[in-house]
Amino acid sequence: MTEFIQFFQSADVTLSDKLLEVAYIVMGLIAVYAGIRNAQDETNPKRMGTALFWVVCGMLFIVGRWVPSTVAGAMVVIMVIPAICKQVGRGTGDEPTQEEMEGNYEKIGMKLFVPALSLGVMALIFALFTNISSLVGLTFGVVVGGLMLFAFSHKNTPKVFLNDTRRMLDAVGPLSMLPILLAALGSIFTAAGVGDVISHIVSGVIPQGNLVVGIIVYAIGMAVFTMVMGNAYGAITVLTVGIGAPFVLSLGADPALIGSVALTCGFCGTLMTPMAANFNILPVAILEMKDSYGVIKKQIPIALFMLAAQIVYMIVMTAL
Amino acid sequence: MDPAELLKLLGIVIVVVGFALKLDSILIIMVAAIATAVVGGMDPVAFLDTLGTSFVSNRSMCIFIMTFVLTGTLERNGLRQAAAALIRKLKNATSGIIISAYGVVRVLFAAFNINFGGVAGFIRPVIMPMAQAAVERDGKKIGDGHLEELKGMSSGMDNVAWFFGQVLFVGGSGGLLVQGTLAGLGYDVSLLDLAMVQVPVAVVAMLAAIVYYNVIDRRLTKRRARVIKATGSASYEEGSAETGAEGAGTAAPADAEKGGEAK
Repeated sequence: MTEFIQFFQSADVTLSDKLLEVAYIVMGLIAVYAGIRNAQDETNPKRMGTALFWVVCGMLFIVGRWVPSTVAGAMVVIMVIPAICKQVGRGTGDEPTQEEMEGNYEKIGMKLFVPALSLGVMALIFALFTNISSLVGLTFGVVVGGLMLFAFSHKNTPKVFLNDTRRMLDAVGPLSMLPILLAALGSIFTAAGVGDVISHIVSGVIPQGNLVVGIIVYAIGMAVFTMVMGNAYGAITVLTVGIGAPFVLSLGADPALIGSVALTCGFCGTLMTPMAANFNILPVAILEMKDSYGVIKKQIPIALFMLAAQIVYMIVMTAL
Repeated sequence: MDPAELLKLLGIVIVVVGFALKLDSILIIMVAAIATAVVGGMDPVAFLDTLGTSFVSNRSMCIFIMTFVLTGTLERNGLRQAAAALIRKLKNATSGIIISAYGVVRVLFAAFNINFGGVAGFIRPVIMPMAQAAVERDGKKIGDGHLEELKGMSSGMDNVAWFFGQVLFVGGSGGLLVQGTLAGLGYDVSLLDLAMVQVPVAVVAMLAAIVYYNVIDRRLTKRRARVIKATGSASYEEGSAETGAEGAGTAAPADAEKGGEAK
């Protein structure tokens, strides 16, 4: 506890970090709330597993910084157990009805777009004009947008916001933790020296110190790995450690450009693979199409064109 | 190379095979992490230490919890209905233009982290009826093959716009993952820079999709006019014109692909 107070009183910690920590605590409280509500929800057939998942997740946000990292690691393991055992589910009955949404729209109208844009606008304003994290800006945007919604309709009480947040968390479920868990996997790879092994192997195949070849291999590798895995987030964790860092970034290329565009090269792979079923196969079912690959076929030319365009973009920007 | 070194790649093999076999994603990640720790000679304490440190330092990746506070209630207040009303203002457009307009609205909202629809929530209830009505404005029913093409293009536009749009959001999950991955390797990058480099990429992606789909749409429309003329203008129905309509479905995109690639 003293450590906690010292952190917020310390002059060495930036205002941005203090505010961000507050945002994490709020996020943690929201997750804990979602967990407790699920524990009480009799319409959720897996309420205990669901509650365990969200409560531990929330606690990681609240106390994660203050407990020893081995304890935090153990909490991560406890959190994922109900998810792996398929014991995280959701209840029913909290969805807004069609009538409710249409009625609210009739009442509020097009000005609903203003609070919708507040998230992105505030994140951008904080990023451009302050030294405070854009994520704090985004949090500020949530508050601003929420106040506007309340001004538009007094039905939008804090309780409505909380319960809608819980509904959204239930809808995304444990898979929402995929990016953060993949990042953790990436750090385990790095700690175990996996990147060194890959770069050792790749250096036998592609010439050392050739930035152009490095960019091409990294970009195409991202698309191909994503096609096989069906997931660009998984691919970038592996390939950045193995190819991106040793063959492109170590030669002085701009890490923001290369890292960001490598991800969208992976997205080109997502557009071309039936492995990404929720994007490419599920729509076929929803739209009652005859050809299972009817969506992918319409995306392949665009994906190939964009992959080539992005490789050229990275090479040109790096050469300049 | 020492074979023991190669064993360190076990975790990667598990990730690739596991995702390809569609096993539970979180299970794959945990098994790969543990396997890598074991073959890499990490003890359980070092493993938990790395796992915990990484999770806590990457909490920013879960900022979606904060955005849900607003987006859930926006949905309840009719955001999707507002977006539908916006697109419905295009009363006399071709189906290609309708699909393109959806893409533009979708990418702009994605850049502000607003996911207002997708295939189930928006394309099926709003875009497909509009695109179909645009074709049938001449009073004749749309061919099966033609309709199938429009469905494929609407979904394709949805994916292209969403993928390339969400990376424009400062603080989106993709950017946060890249930032976290690079930080682990010793490179510090700002979320703003990660988003800014994507602006030209998103513009080119949207132009490519809009041009390609409008070329296909134009060919489909011409083919349809020809089929109606050949089979008698009043009797264009699914049964009688099946071959013609299917022909349009397969021949047109093959030609149009060249147009799209040649850009």
